[in-house]
Amino acid sequence: MNASDDSLKHASGPYFGQYGGRWMPESLMAAMDELTQTFEDAKADPAFIEEVKELNRNYSGRPSLLTEAKRFSAQACGGVRIFLKREDLNHTGSHKINNVLGQALLAKRMGKTRIIAETGAGQHGVASATAAALMGLECVVYMGAEDTRRQALNVARMQLLGATVIPVTVGSQTLKDAINEALRDWVANVDNTHYLLGTAAGGHPFPAMVRYFHQVIGEEAREQVLAQTGRLPDAVTACIGGGSNAIGIFHGFLDDKDVELYGYEAGGDGVDTDRHAATITLGKPGVLHGARSYLMQDDDGQTIESHSISAGLDYPGVGPEHAYLADIGRVHYEPVTDTEAMDAFKILCRTEGILPAIESAHALAGTIRLAQRKLAEGAKPEETIIIANLSGRGDKDVSTAAQWFGMLEDDAANTPEGN
Amino acid sequence: MSRVTSAEKIAAARAEGRPALIGYLPAGFPDVETSIEAAVALAENGVDVIEMGIPYSDPVMDGAVIQEATVQALANGFRVAQIFDIVRGITARTNAAVMVMTYWNPVLSLGVDEFARRFAEAGGAGLITPDLVPDEADQWFAASEKYGLERVFLIAPSSTEARVKRTVEASSGFVYCVSLMGVTGARAEVSSAAQAVVDAAHGAGAENACVGLGVSRREHVQEIGSYADGVIVGTALVAALRDGGVPAVGRLAAQLSGRA
Repeated sequence: MNASDDSLKHASGPYFGQYGGRWMPESLMAAMDELTQTFEDAKADPAFIEEVKELNRNYSGRPSLLTEAKRFSAQACGGVRIFLKREDLNHTGSHKINNVLGQALLAKRMGKTRIIAETGAGQHGVASATAAALMGLECVVYMGAEDTRRQALNVARMQLLGATVIPVTVGSQTLKDAINEALRDWVANVDNTHYLLGTAAGGHPFPAMVRYFHQVIGEEAREQVLAQTGRLPDAVTACIGGGSNAIGIFHGFLDDKDVELYGYEAGGDGVDTDRHAATITLGKPGVLHGARSYLMQDDDGQTIESHSISAGLDYPGVGPEHAYLADIGRVHYEPVTDTEAMDAFKILCRTEGILPAIESAHALAGTIRLAQRKLAEGAKPEETIIIANLSGRGDKDVSTAAQWFGMLEDDAANTPEGN
Repeated sequence: MSRVTSAEKIAAARAEGRPALIGYLPAGFPDVETSIEAAVALAENGVDVIEMGIPYSDPVMDGAVIQEATVQALANGFRVAQIFDIVRGITARTNAAVMVMTYWNPVLSLGVDEFARRFAEAGGAGLITPDLVPDEADQWFAASEKYGLERVFLIAPSSTEARVKRTVEASSGFVYCVSLMGVTGARAEVSSAAQAVVDAAHGAGAENACVGLGVSRREHVQEIGSYADGVIVGTALVAALRDGGVPAVGRLAAQLSGRA
């Protein structure tokens, strides 16, 4: 677009400062070049832009609402005005739909007939299966074997939508291994297959492309907050796993220098333990899955397993643009523990009648902390505005939450959640 | 210590009218000592260039057999710094060129210059880098020049002419021609795409083009040897080591090299 030299918006990659790039097998380079060219051409094509807008409007249900959470504010945030960007209201229940529709359109432009995707808890897998069904593409989803057992209903959802779900039994059998398996599939089937990566990580053009399809979150939020309050917010918050919802909402405010941006990583049991996913807080730069970024790794450069109650944040890497925004200090990244997230989860349920995804509950917990900090610094609550990205709904998390809060009998603890 | 390079070993094989035989084994599988013994058995049975793979948590170019072996090596406590002991152990006992195949993050983690220095001191010839393309290899160019190490990059059936040219120019020792679109693993037949990849490498000026992926039998070696400068066998050797220990590795190497 019309980015000036000192603008942080619309960074095109492949590099974000010292991060990003393409640390991938040569076998995939031709496909990455083809994808890059297709994406660049599509961005410049008014027909493509209109196609995306039309799907967002009439299929996903965009624009998503911006809801002021007054009771949540009163109970937990000392009256600081809290607005929720309601990505939970999108079709399939999270922001993920924005990216999958865009990439599925690109897959069709490239003449690909098959898409593959990785998924942790299943949100991106369900979204990918949805886009594939809508556009008549074959869909294969790779999912850690353990996750397929814990999320049996989401596996069924994907299958109902026509996708094939392949349990990944190699390596550590987690999300990162699902990505490894998807990459192996892609190498072997790149002629007819597009790898529909679900987060703003990976080799170029994925980080810039995934952000592009999620930028609508921040663009809408900025317009909505101006319309509802007459001014920009003091801060915008989001949860960070790979970082797709966060980069989507942050992007709208990157050049608004007075708007503080906060990303909340999964602190798991705490960053003083070895069970967390606080990649930026405690990781160091390295390469994984195609990009140079912060990475949870041991002294040998071996990837360390991450841990979080939230499957969507349970990833040992993070998108390279976040690594850059962290280094230059534009976005502040902090860990939120499982306990903090679940406390915030419960407060939102009880005060607003909104059941958030546990991922999004990390953003809510961070928002509470930030609001209290602002008040301690002397901010006037009614004159302070924070937008929290409510990236997804929590229906998928009912079983996890019920167990966390001790609502289930022991013999019912393994019952798959409702959706 | 005078280091033996892969280029020298490939030239020597060519002088004998045969393709060079390159054998892959994972470092530290099943343990450090056995992996050295297995590599020595390769050299004693006609393998010209030994390729030791560094076990890595996220080996996206490897199929099930090598994944399982490297997972076991890591579970048995393999540490990256042991690669230097392994290389030293092999070069002390054989006349083979010793290459290391490594995903890039373990090298980055130690430091590219530090890794290259210690590897060269141990007598290593060069690195094969499956997830590092020349586009991202500035640090590796500098370190490999400084310590006189060979840089083996990969080309694939999907590589464009421009990328083949760039990769051939960036490589030294040999160019690793991926025979098919896929990951490592033994296959019944050699991919029909392999010769085209080799021809592309030669056409771009590569002196040594060696073929890997899916190569497991003596007849594969002979077939590929009719057009390539070297033949790379991995998974079949790893499976032999897994199932029959060092003696099985020696027997398979002898078959592959035509000595048995």
